[in-house]
Amino acid sequence: MVTLLEQPRRIPGGLHLDANKAQSLQQPLRACSIPEQLYIPLSQHIGEAAEPLLEVGDEVLKGQLVARSPVYISAPIHASSSGKIVAIGDYPVPHPSGMQATCIVIATDGKDQPVDTGLKMDTVFDADPAEIRQRVRDAGIVGLGGAGFPASVKLNPGPEREIELLVINAAECEPYISCDEALMCHRPQDIIDGVRIMRHALNARQVVIGVENNMPQAIESLQRCLEELSEDAIRITPVPVIYPAGGEKQLIYALTGEEVPSQGLPLDLGIVCHNVGTAAAIARALLQGEPLISRVVTVTGEGVRQPANLEVRIGTPVAELIEECGGYTDEVARLLMGGPMMGFSLASDAVPAIKTTNCILAASYRETPQATAASACIRCGDCVDVCPAGLLPQQLYWYARARNFDNIQDYNLFDCIECGCCAQVCPSHIPLVQYYRFAKTEIWSLDSERQFSDMARQRHEFRIERLEQEKIALEERRARARKALKPKVGDATAKQAEIAAALQRVKAKKEAQSAGPRNTGNLTEEQQAKIAEVDRRRASTSGQP
Amino acid sequence: MEFPTQSSPYLPLNNNLSRLMTQVMLGLIPGTLILLWFFGWGILFNLLIGSATALLAEAAMLRLRSQPVMPTLYDGSALLTGLLLGLSLPPLAPWWIPVVGALFAIVIAKQLYGGLGYNPFNPAMVGFVVLIISFPLQMTLWPPPQGIDAQTLGLADTLRLVFTEALPAGATLDSVTMATPLDMAKTRIGLNFTWSEILTDPRYGSFAGRGWEWINVGFLFGGLWLWQKRAIHWQIPAGMLGALFLVSLLFYIADADSFGSPVFHLFSGATMLGAFFIATDPVSAATTHRGRLYYGAGIGILTYIIRTWGGYPEGIAFAVLLMNMAAPTIDYLTPPRAFGHRDQKEG
Repeated sequence: MVTLLEQPRRIPGGLHLDANKAQSLQQPLRACSIPEQLYIPLSQHIGEAAEPLLEVGDEVLKGQLVARSPVYISAPIHASSSGKIVAIGDYPVPHPSGMQATCIVIATDGKDQPVDTGLKMDTVFDADPAEIRQRVRDAGIVGLGGAGFPASVKLNPGPEREIELLVINAAECEPYISCDEALMCHRPQDIIDGVRIMRHALNARQVVIGVENNMPQAIESLQRCLEELSEDAIRITPVPVIYPAGGEKQLIYALTGEEVPSQGLPLDLGIVCHNVGTAAAIARALLQGEPLISRVVTVTGEGVRQPANLEVRIGTPVAELIEECGGYTDEVARLLMGGPMMGFSLASDAVPAIKTTNCILAASYRETPQATAASACIRCGDCVDVCPAGLLPQQLYWYARARNFDNIQDYNLFDCIECGCCAQVCPSHIPLVQYYRFAKTEIWSLDSERQFSDMARQRHEFRIERLEQEKIALEERRARARKALKPKVGDATAKQAEIAAALQRVKAKKEAQSAGPRNTGNLTEEQQAKIAEVDRRRASTSGQP
Repeated sequence: MEFPTQSSPYLPLNNNLSRLMTQVMLGLIPGTLILLWFFGWGILFNLLIGSATALLAEAAMLRLRSQPVMPTLYDGSALLTGLLLGLSLPPLAPWWIPVVGALFAIVIAKQLYGGLGYNPFNPAMVGFVVLIISFPLQMTLWPPPQGIDAQTLGLADTLRLVFTEALPAGATLDSVTMATPLDMAKTRIGLNFTWSEILTDPRYGSFAGRGWEWINVGFLFGGLWLWQKRAIHWQIPAGMLGALFLVSLLFYIADADSFGSPVFHLFSGATMLGAFFIATDPVSAATTHRGRLYYGAGIGILTYIIRTWGGYPEGIAFAVLLMNMAAPTIDYLTPPRAFGHRDQKEG
């Protein structure tokens, strides 16, 4: 039984970081203008990429399905505005590796003409949860907090699973990011509607919205909305400000004092956790019929002139967002997608904003200095103090360096959430998180290699067995055949006669051959004399050494 | 527009090694000033010679190992080793004592193992132990503390003694030096004196030996400042001082005539310097939170054993080195419970 704590708990470890959210909250949330071209990647979520349904040259309307999800863990893709598909091919996508992936490119017509998606439900609170899940799925909604896991999957706890608690994650703990806060301040109604839909779909007993307690306006806005709706079964709990209190496991701990088991899910505790933005997206899909074709993105940092929160169409190039916010300043040094702790740096602003893009941070060198050379680990243990997962980062570092992938798992490498606290406090400036990522990917690739070789071995063993069985079968067939050919007792004399006849034939053939051993039958005397001479010479020389 | 890429996190880092080492050096100041006041110029020479030798040795070794010299020297670790060694040497020791000690500490105990971060033993304490085993006589040359009615040497006399080993006219080595309280207590207990008799000697000061008690208060103060600045963790000093207190209390209750009081043990010799500045050297200590408590406690207990029954009046250096050996095992046995492993104790 999960109980909500009266006083939220402080998470283990963590860091107090400068919030730097005020810059982007100066201006109200506004919509970003429609770009000339939208680059919509087919994979913006955890799971399989979507499959395109349309072809180059096809006209699309806003909200029209352009790619479907082929399997359960996946999400469909919709056109973010009306226009024409001008290309389907590989373009740069936001990814730490700077890779390219398949995108549908839409040349917009500026009309923004919507299509009837059929997602809208008139009686959502009487609807079957399965119907709600299906619509959430059809709307292409994924977790908007960052991971991008298909939301419908997380609305499906399975039969015989009671949901004790629905946690709405609004603890936006990473510096600079303020998209959730902007959403709470400007669209509380969407959020509360979405939360109610989720509560109904999950049949959750309790609902809590966890907000960091440095967002008084957001808390007030939500509170006012709850009062207007006289909704008293949704609780808003401010949690202490500390990074990474917005991590799913960390927030659940802060609110309930329960620890999600290692390698487990909140579901193991009867808890489901959704991001506040996901809630709003669900409300818009099911109440207004709009699939996930836009999201709120924070554009901030000293590298951009007018930091703001924008409602951005999925597929809008980052350069357009920067333009919308007044362009770059002279100080811009680095472009990050996500926050400064867990985000990644973009090599180019040509990549599009996608469903999981919560922040574009155009940072100056003052905000994000260049990495300095690392010195040796002095085992000071500062990293141990701040690790929210209760790990020994310095030991993980040694084992990662030594490529000791067995011991590093004994030290619970896979409980690391890559929050970056350890690297942030390291006096030796060791890029610790990079070492952990390296170790994790090495272990994954070793595991898949092992699986591959296991499969190969199995195949080989099957083949050996198959050959063995074929051999046995052949033997049996032969034995059967021999048995069938075995002569009957009465035929003994006939057989003897047959053998005798055969011997006779052989004998006659041999005699015929010995009569003419060489092909010297029709020779002239002259030739015979020559042969005799050669034979003689051969006989005389053969005696010599 | 194109941008440089890098791996997260990206925020400015506000901690670095030289800042950490500088903080430790600042923390040494109050204790050092009191030490200077009570024991005179010799301390200053030890500090200067010790740190200069340490820096030169570090630079030479780094050059030999083809490592960057200036950035590494700048981290301050070699300087700190030289200073800590200098602080633990007797003020009237000849100049080559800090030289030999610092050379051994940096060359053998630190650089031959791979430099900062790779040394299994506390370099300053290795230097100290080499000296006390090899040069026992020179290592007893403590002058009487300020305020004891005895001959004290001025700057010129100390300089001459340290660099030429020449005493002023009419003085003998015995007349310018005096046994430390720990040393004297050990000798007198051996001669069947009771503690109450020993404490009547003026050298015992107010509670733990004239001069020494205030020096320890100074290092305690500096150490608490370090803790408050988060340059050190509390576990090692707490473990060490707590264990030393408990063990000495136990024996003191059992037999107050033969065993020194807990207050005496906590405030004499190098207790506070050891607890806050030497045992807390992170490289050679345990790193888990629980492990650090045990590590500190081990040092406290061993210090008491060596002081009481060992062959040397002070045991901190040996205790630290012995626990350095145990640190990897302690770490192995005291891993923290990772988040989400609450019910997996049996696994």
